[in-house]
This record gives sequence, C-alpha cells and structure tokens, in this order.
Amino acid sequence: MAVKLVPSAADRRLLDESRGTRAMTWIMAIMLFLTVLAGALGLGTRSAAVLLGRQLAGRLTVQIVEPVEAQRSAQTTAAVAALRRLPEVTRVREVDRAELTSLLRPWLGSDGADPDLPIPALIDVDLGSTSDATLARVARAVAAVAPTARLDRQESWMSPVADFMTMVTGLAFALVMLMAAATAAVVILAARAGLETHRDTIEVLHMLGSTDVQVSRLFQRRIALDTFFGGVLGTVLAGGMVVLIGMQLRALGSDLLSGLTLGTGDWLLLALMPVAFALLATLAARAAVTGALGRIL
Amino acid sequence: MTGQGQYDFKKRASAVMANIVQFENVGLRYGTGQETLSDISFTLASGSFYFLTGASGAGKTSLLKLLYLAQRPTRGLIRLFGEDAVTLPRKRLPGFRRRIGVVFQDFRLVPHLSAYDNIALPLRVSGVPESDIEAPVREMLAWVGLTERAKAKPPTLSGGEQQRVAIARAVIGRPEMLVADEPTGNVDPDMAERLLHLFDSLNRLGTTVVVATHDFHLLGRIPNAHMMRLDSGKLLDPTGSLRFPPPKPA
Repeated sequence: MAVKLVPSAADRRLLDESRGTRAMTWIMAIMLFLTVLAGALGLGTRSAAVLLGRQLAGRLTVQIVEPVEAQRSAQTTAAVAALRRLPEVTRVREVDRAELTSLLRPWLGSDGADPDLPIPALIDVDLGSTSDATLARVARAVAAVAPTARLDRQESWMSPVADFMTMVTGLAFALVMLMAAATAAVVILAARAGLETHRDTIEVLHMLGSTDVQVSRLFQRRIALDTFFGGVLGTVLAGGMVVLIGMQLRALGSDLLSGLTLGTGDWLLLALMPVAFALLATLAARAAVTGALGRIL
Repeated sequence: MTGQGQYDFKKRASAVMANIVQFENVGLRYGTGQETLSDISFTLASGSFYFLTGASGAGKTSLLKLLYLAQRPTRGLIRLFGEDAVTLPRKRLPGFRRRIGVVFQDFRLVPHLSAYDNIALPLRVSGVPESDIEAPVREMLAWVGLTERAKAKPPTLSGGEQQRVAIARAVIGRPEMLVADEPTGNVDPDMAERLLHLFDSLNRLGTTVVVATHDFHLLGRIPNAHMMRLDSGKLLDPTGSLRFPPPKPA
C-alpha cells in the first residue's frame, strides 16, 4: 500500500469491492453517452458553420430585374463583361434560363417555363476580397451598365443560419461542461459514500500508519476505472448513434445538413472523452477523500 | 519472530535506557462532560513491560488511545519517542503510528481480508515490497499457531484466533512500542498465558510493551513488569510513589 501509481492486487483487496455496487459504471456510461452526443452536436455544427462560411464568403448574386427582355438581356451581357474586367472578381457565371426555370418550379410549376413570363436574370459572382470598398466598386460597375440591377451578398441572407449554428455549437459545448461538472459531483458523492461504507477499514489503516494519500489512492483507482469503463461504453454507444444520425442526414440530401459531419480530429476528440472524464473523476475523488480524511485525526 | 531463547538481561538492560513516553498533567475530556482522565503523569522506559490495570470504566482504553495517537489530550504534555505528540502535525502521525503496534480490544480485523492479509497489512502500509512480505507473515502465523488458518477470514475465526491474528498484526512490523487493550479478554487461561509469553518474548527483543488488563492473575506472570493503576480517570499516585517506572528503593 505504499505510494505508487498502480496499486498491487493486495492493495486492491483492501476495499471490499463486492460490497459496492457497480452502479458507478452505468451512471458514467449514461453521462458519457449524453456528453459525447452533445460534443458531437457541437463539433458537427461548428464544422457546418465553418463550411457554410467558407462557401458563402465573397459570393454575391446580381439580379437584373428589367421587365423588357431585350433590355434585360443586353444589360446582363454588359454587366457580365463589366464584372469580368474587375480584378477583384474571380468568377462570373450567368445563370441560364433552364436553371432559373428549375429553381422556380416549386413555386410556379410548369408556368415558370413560359418564355413570355418575365424572370429576372441572375449572375453568380465570386470575389477575391469581401471588403466594403470592393463591394462598392462592384456595385458601381454594375450600376453603370444595368441601372435596375440589385446586388445580394449571400452571406447576409445566410447570417441568421450561421448565427443559429454558432448558438447551437455554444450550447452543445456548455452542455459538455455541465456534464463534466455533474460527473465531478457524482464522483464526489460516490467517494464520500465509499468512505462511509469502508469507514472501519480506513480507521484500521490509519491506526496502522497509512497516509491520506495511500487511502485516497485506493478510491481514486476504483472510481477512475468505473468512470473509464462506463465512459468507453457510453462513448461507443453514442458514437454509433452519431454515425446513424449522419447517415440519415446525408439521405436528406440537404446541402446545409450534410455539412454536419465530423472530421478525424473531431472523432479523436470524442474518443478521448472517457480518458478525460476518468482523469477528472480521479482528481475529484482525490479531493473528496483527502478532504474527508483531513477531518479525522 | 526470532530470538525467543533465554532471557537476555544484558539486552534488556541496554534497551531500558531512555523514556519512550512521558505524560505530564494530561487531561482528557470527551465533549463537555467530566474529564475521563485527570492529571495523568508518568514515564515509560524504553524496553520495559507495563501492565495498566483498573476497573472497567477507569479510563484504561482512553489512556491507551492517547498512547497510540488515536486521540489528542485536552490538556497537558505528551512526549512520544522524544517529540511533543500534542502539537505533532497531522501529516507526521502516520510515521509515528508505524512505530507503535496496537492490539485493539475489539481486534479491528478487516473482515474481508484473510488472516494472512490482515497480518501483512502493516508491512504493506509501510511500503515493504510484496516479495519481502510472505516470509515474515508465515513466521508470524506460525508464532501465533495459525499456519493452517492463513486463508481464513475473520468471521470464520474463533474469538481466540481473531485475537492472535490481531496480536500478530500488531507485532509484525517490530514496533518500538506495543500497546494491547485487554488482549487476553477473549481467550481461555492457557491461551492467555501463551499470548502473554509472546508479549514477553517481544519485550525481550527491546519492544516497550503496555498491556491493559483487569485480570490480576496475569500480573505476576512477567518478571520485572511494572504496574500502573487507574481509578476513575486518575493514576493512583497521590504521593508520587506509584510513578512509573517505580522509584528504586533507597
């Protein structure tokens, strides 16, 4: 029972493990299951937000809303030419009539294909820079050749979505922190209950000259193992759940939702959670046990 | 345990050199009641054998608790192994306790550990490597006549067997002082005498032994043993004539 990192088999026998239930393992499995799900949600929404931001940054749409088709066509051609002359513009693409008709089909049905129906012309533009000065130059160049043109920054109409994702990410990480705090509280309660259960043995150990560190090490090891094995179980189950949810999201075919994916680093982070929680449990158990022992002679 | 041979007066005389324990005006009170121990003053010479006697409730167990550092006094001075035990920092208590073997009145064996593991506890607490534990534990088991019961757990042992395990556990670490609270209370007279003989053997090896008992038949069994008598929390020492060790006749 000397102060050493790994207790011997004899040391492990000191606390009668048959007297304690293994409820801790199951509690930790549930805690880690919920924590890993919250963590996966946070990491997934963070990835999606990053992807969305990358996709939309510097992208804008020019709408030519001239009702007369000949003028609309002429202004569109002139606007495309003007945009291509600007050095800040990296890509210009006029959205063709067939694509516009397809985009409008959910609202207009087959009427959207009527050539007499005036539909605004759309030009997709990618910019190398998203500064206000660049946007102002682009707006001036377009307005010079197409006075009825409107410019929409895709970032601006997607910003509520990005804000929502940021909020979900923050909420998920806050949940992880709360679960960690709850785990520490559970461990402290378990350690105190363990001290009460093994009070007689601990008193004997004290009278034989064992130190607080020696006694707390016995509890630390046991609680850390319960947390680790329960945590691994919870993490594996939650990981399986995350994979299933990912498959469902991909099946939806939504560009936005399909961004909710986890990278290798994210999976590694989730896999490390049982270890992190076992370390947290060790520290909490040590603090609880040494604190309680300090109150007796 | 080795060295159970002839009484070695020279060794014993050389061991009785210094005072291992000194109590000066010690008082102990539990809660707000009357003092359980009052004005206790005595010294214990290193390597000596002491009986502590007195009726039930006289304060023997409380005095022993002060000796094995399970309790701090309410007042007075206690010096143990040459150091002030009253103000001893808590973190130094384990080191002191390892120098004291204790036989508790209620044995305090760990019920889920075998006799072997109970006896091995002090060595494990002291960090003795596992490879160095088996031989002394086997020796102790033989010494108390429990070799065949090494794997038995305390609930399956008789009172006398439990007592012998407790004694073996108390002495395996070769303590400088052995404190035993009614160690013969649960055994028949033959076994009581055998256990006393074990304490005497240990004492001959230099350990200071303090045995609390109210069995007056035992007192004459150890030659040169000193006797302390407690009555209602006071040492019967109104004139100082019963101070221990007793003053030598002029």
